[in-house]
Amino acid sequence: MKNTNFNRSTAYKMVSVAAIAIFAFLFAFPLYWIITGSFKTPAAINSTTPQWWPTEWVMDNYQKLFSRQVAPLWEIHVPFTDVSFAGPEMPAAMRWLVNTVFMAVASMILTCITAAMAGYALAKKRFIGRTVMFSLIVCAMALPKQVILIPLLREMSSLELYNTIWAVIFPIVGWPFGVFLMKQFAEGIPGEMMEAARIDGAGEWKTFYTIALPLIKPGIGALAIFTFINSWNDYFMQLIMLSSTDTLTISLGIAKLQAENATDFGLIMAGASLAAIPIIVIFLIFQKYFTKGITMGAVKG
Amino acid sequence: MTKKNPMSRALVRRETIAGYAFMLPSLIFFLGFVIYPMVQCVFTSFFDSTMNREDIFIGLDNYKELFQDPIFRGALWNTVIIVVVSVPVVCIFSLWVSSVIYDLKGPVCSAFRCIFYLPVVTGSVAVTVVWKWMFNNYYGIFNYVGNKAGILDQNINWLGDERFALGCIILILLTTSVGQPIVLYVSALNNVDQSLVEAAEVDGATKMQCFWKIKWPQIMPTTLYILVITTINSFQCFALIQLLTSGGPNHSTDTIMFYIYYNAFKLYRYGYGNAMGVVLAIIIAVLSAVQFKMAKSE
Repeated sequence: MKNTNFNRSTAYKMVSVAAIAIFAFLFAFPLYWIITGSFKTPAAINSTTPQWWPTEWVMDNYQKLFSRQVAPLWEIHVPFTDVSFAGPEMPAAMRWLVNTVFMAVASMILTCITAAMAGYALAKKRFIGRTVMFSLIVCAMALPKQVILIPLLREMSSLELYNTIWAVIFPIVGWPFGVFLMKQFAEGIPGEMMEAARIDGAGEWKTFYTIALPLIKPGIGALAIFTFINSWNDYFMQLIMLSSTDTLTISLGIAKLQAENATDFGLIMAGASLAAIPIIVIFLIFQKYFTKGITMGAVKG
Repeated sequence: MTKKNPMSRALVRRETIAGYAFMLPSLIFFLGFVIYPMVQCVFTSFFDSTMNREDIFIGLDNYKELFQDPIFRGALWNTVIIVVVSVPVVCIFSLWVSSVIYDLKGPVCSAFRCIFYLPVVTGSVAVTVVWKWMFNNYYGIFNYVGNKAGILDQNINWLGDERFALGCIILILLTTSVGQPIVLYVSALNNVDQSLVEAAEVDGATKMQCFWKIKWPQIMPTTLYILVITTINSFQCFALIQLLTSGGPNHSTDTIMFYIYYNAFKLYRYGYGNAMGVVLAIIIAVLSAVQFKMAKSE
């Protein structure tokens, strides 16, 4: 009896693993299709018989992508002033990448700093209004952020931030998931350590900086990579807030390629590779932190 | 950190000042770019509001119009279909995958986890454009494979056909939705109390019994969280629709999210769009509350 049972479950397991392997193959296929597609010749792409493996590898699509338009590689506007610095003229696609990297890095840094401080306060400070604040954060997290798109748009244009990268960054930083995540991590700081620091005469800031911060570092790592990937891949906020050529991000750039050259799939795939490959490499490198961030955020969902 | 003896007033004051000082940078962004727009959203929904003109107060007219608007009702219906199909499929599929892979050898498990997460990392735009190619009428592989396998006798214009467009969008949405639940389930299943499982096995419980009687109740909080995030994600599905079909053909893939965008950016009807946003927020809040209640009662 026991023996047949064992065999049955082993058989189930083997069949399941095989089925999952097939699904995994299907899940990886679009990415494979993007990358190989970006190296195919127009003839191979515009053929009704798909080429499963490119018979001829060409760089034409990338050349086309990089020769479409030129733009200064960067232009830094100091917010609320007219001061700006422009970089050398480069293909517009490079500018998209620079914009995207800048946006993702700025969102990441601002989110980590503000969320680490706020999460620490929510977890370790017994202040008046703490519970109200925390409930507000949890409720705001459950709402779809797109609901606020119209008011946000008007707010940004009255602040004269519309069509600047900051209009995308600020709402990302304001999004309370980071605070929630950091609170989860900061709960783990032992109270005795903070007590000891206080007895030693350390001020509030010093306690945070020397005791709490080192302990929540893994959490900050998780939040950093999480924010970076999410803002890199975000499309909605960028679509609403950015409109001119020199503020385009890589997501918007591909969307634009698609709108202008609907059936030049080789060119579009070259753009898609440019967007996807860097972020996938980053994901694979920091995967451990990332997984931790996802699971910690759920512990007390 | 529950204190038995109440804190002194001076300490409370000190903690409050410090607490808000630490909260301040985050609060500026949170109140300024999340809470303020939310309040504005509700407020403006009672106005007839558009570009370059003062808002006119019209009371509940936006809401009244909303419930008589056939396009909105269609969009609501499509949104409901997307949620009703994708949420159970995502939950069951990710539970199945995780239950099989979580006790495989470390690298094998994380390789699978990675692959199922790939469509999320690839980014919605890159994923969308490649699917658009695969669904293409002439050059897409779906038509090619379908014809070769003898399922189709002619090419189908997948995204341009009212009967198929929404289904195609749901299919893509599914591939980009299971990554996170799988990560969550794998970690939850690894955290299940092993001593209980072993005790049950000693008592002669089958694998199936072990799973449903011991592991399932313990991963219930994770299931609840997955239900909530998948529901919210399905409601928010936007990039797919905007890039693939723009709500067409004949409004067959309109969702509330897309219709809000359409009203704001094509028709410049801000008040009306906000009223829709409020309705959407209420629906999501009610659904989340119901899901919590149901999970609590189990």
